[in-house]
Amino acid sequence: MTFLGQFALWAALLLGCWGAVIGFSGRWRSRPDLALTVTRSVHAVLLALAVASIALWKGLLAHDFNIQYVWAYTSRNLPTPYVVAAFWAGQKGSLLFWAAVLALFASLAQFLTSRRHAPLLPYVAAVTQSVVVFFVGVMLFSGENPFGRLDFTPPDGRGLNPQLQNVGMVIHPPMLYLGYISITIPFAFAIAALLARRLDTGWLHAIRKWTLVSWLFLSIGITLGMWWAYVELGWGGYWGWDPVENASLLPWLTMTAFLHSVMIQEKRGMLKRWNLGLIVGTFLLSIFGTFITRSGVIASVHSFTQSSVGYFFLGFLVVCGAAAFTLLYTRWSALAADVQLESMLSREAAFLFNNLILVGIAFSVLWGTLFPILSELVQGDKITVGPPFFNRVNIPLGLLLLALTGIGPLIAWRKASRANLRRQFTAPLSAGLLTALALIAAGMRNWYALVALAIAGFVAGTITQEFWRGTRARGRMHGEAWPVAFGRLVARNRRRYGGYLVHAGILIYFVAFTGMAFKRERAATLTPGQSIELASPYGHTYRFTHLGVSQYKDLNRFVTAATVRVERDGAPLGVMTSEKRQHFTIQGTEEVSSFEPSTEVAIRSDLREDLFIVFTGVIGGTEEADYRFTINPLVWWVWFGGVVLVAGGLVTMWPGGAPLGAPRRAQAGYGVSLVGVGDER
Amino acid sequence: MQAGRKFLVGAALIVGAVGYLIAAGVRETGVYFLTPTELVTKSTADTTLYDLGLKVGAKVVPGSIRRDATQRQVDFRISDGTREIPVTYTGLVPDTFTDANDIEVIVEGRYGRDGLFRATEVLAKCGSRYEAAAEEARKA
Repeated sequence: MTFLGQFALWAALLLGCWGAVIGFSGRWRSRPDLALTVTRSVHAVLLALAVASIALWKGLLAHDFNIQYVWAYTSRNLPTPYVVAAFWAGQKGSLLFWAAVLALFASLAQFLTSRRHAPLLPYVAAVTQSVVVFFVGVMLFSGENPFGRLDFTPPDGRGLNPQLQNVGMVIHPPMLYLGYISITIPFAFAIAALLARRLDTGWLHAIRKWTLVSWLFLSIGITLGMWWAYVELGWGGYWGWDPVENASLLPWLTMTAFLHSVMIQEKRGMLKRWNLGLIVGTFLLSIFGTFITRSGVIASVHSFTQSSVGYFFLGFLVVCGAAAFTLLYTRWSALAADVQLESMLSREAAFLFNNLILVGIAFSVLWGTLFPILSELVQGDKITVGPPFFNRVNIPLGLLLLALTGIGPLIAWRKASRANLRRQFTAPLSAGLLTALALIAAGMRNWYALVALAIAGFVAGTITQEFWRGTRARGRMHGEAWPVAFGRLVARNRRRYGGYLVHAGILIYFVAFTGMAFKRERAATLTPGQSIELASPYGHTYRFTHLGVSQYKDLNRFVTAATVRVERDGAPLGVMTSEKRQHFTIQGTEEVSSFEPSTEVAIRSDLREDLFIVFTGVIGGTEEADYRFTINPLVWWVWFGGVVLVAGGLVTMWPGGAPLGAPRRAQAGYGVSLVGVGDER
Repeated sequence: MQAGRKFLVGAALIVGAVGYLIAAGVRETGVYFLTPTELVTKSTADTTLYDLGLKVGAKVVPGSIRRDATQRQVDFRISDGTREIPVTYTGLVPDTFTDANDIEVIVEGRYGRDGLFRATEVLAKCGSRYEAAAEEARKA
């Protein structure tokens, strides 16, 4: 099978090179047959990489430990779903996964794009093929070949790192990869539009769904990553500003900026250069993210080991950046704006500020992530910045951005009148003010949290008002009952109301993040029967009683479990168990420990707060146990915010809605006639 | 034009605010990241480095870990091959922190004039061990 896989990789490499060279040459412009071979080479590469993927999966499932990758990431006692997921557990496999998925997306882009954009497609193919060739090239030429064999066949593999043996880890990396990878398609269209000098809004329409798809996958990937970190890493939080986490956030930020600024281009013909810059930047950040994860240049808990692959990525990053920005520069004059900004009190201005802040946040995150390297280059001393830096910079910027989420939808396009402002802002601003007053009355004195929640109240007011007015107007106009009017309102204006649902998701995230300001924590060493108390921020008192430690053998691990009885204000809530696990593999008849011990935290989640118990160790031979007890307020809402966000994203991109070929205003998703929301006109 | 100029003022304010937040953030929260050799040589030359919050990246000297189970205190030594520094830490160590060879750690804390590093945080990285094991298996 490895021979077949190897052969498929070479076939993909050569086919990809053919597509890229002919595609970029432009010779196909006068030769329809050449254009056809370019676009068909994309499908051929997909076929080749599908064969390679099947070959790797076969090796994994057959436990062929002669293949180095199979030996390194699986073992005979590893549950089958994890054997399947081991495909992307290591560097080599994830490179193949990346190349194969990109080939799939590239093929779909050729297949699904409307014939109207046919003149762009061979260029699009050239770009996607180049990226595929790069990934296949890394596998074949930098010693990262997933089909590499060992000189002998070990009896068993080393097994999968226990921290990766988690459902989150089975879905989280592919989701994130799907996000990273799909960014290549909008990037390819942007480059194609520049090369073909077709710089009208055509290419934007061609990539609308793609940008939403990659944004959605990135969002899901990031949220699942938070969940995995929370339940598996056991340090008590879900976001630690680790370089790898930052790397996933960066393209998400610039892509979010793009999703907003693109509306200004569709609607008003402004920001053409900025939008192209954002797409190119987003693509480069997605490659940069891979570079950081792979190269080990920046120490991270998530990173793969140091290897020469980093230099390949760095080189690719530089070449892509230089080529794309040079191309943008040569088309500069063709990208002048159609109109100028008319007023500061306009939705355009709100969007521009939103873009600046998003890019500002991205810049600060990038700066903080790279600071150890930059400071060493400039000053000779390595200086690192950690969570305090990122929180300090990003909390104010984030709150400003959240406020804009509430302001943007309320301001009219072009120029808002005084009457418009009063009509739109009265209710939401009151909602924000009331939220603040209610919280102060309830005794909250954390000013950062108060500001955050007041802004959240304002945004919630905005979103509610938008849905309420739209529903009421539609109900009156068509004589429909409220629920019907509401359903149809959303169904007919998916991009707009889906977008508001996304805003609601973001709002919920912010409220949940604010909850972490009220975290309570206490470490203790307890003998059986002994207990400690911890006060929750809501005024309850939790009592944790250590019951005892038990040891047993499970599937592929030895387990040491510590059990705690939990009471809230004297009322029993049940028992919680946190485990220490020592995984093993079987060599001959002997069980040999593999990997370091890992910890399973105990989590009890409700709408208000999470109890998070970590069993950190047992005192030699006794039943005396070390614990860390944490109360994390509002964590459940992070996951719920993620669900709302994804639901909103799906509404936005659900097919149908505005018919194809509808006037430009309708495609921009705003001018859809809504009597009663007349400020839209 | 008027609106455009106003926007530029607003944009300059935002860019300035981002720049200020970054600069102030780095100044107030940035910490040195040194190797044991750098720490020893630099602190001799510049005594302000003593008792300053900083990070040191190095490997744990195999067999040097001493645990005081009841008080949850851990003493160990770290080395970059040339210099060794004794470290003391009170708190919970990560699962990956063991006595096995070549465990890379990042310790955060203060280096005292007595030559003892009092760590407030210990991060352990385990990645390299697996690759080393791969090399061994290939040789075997």
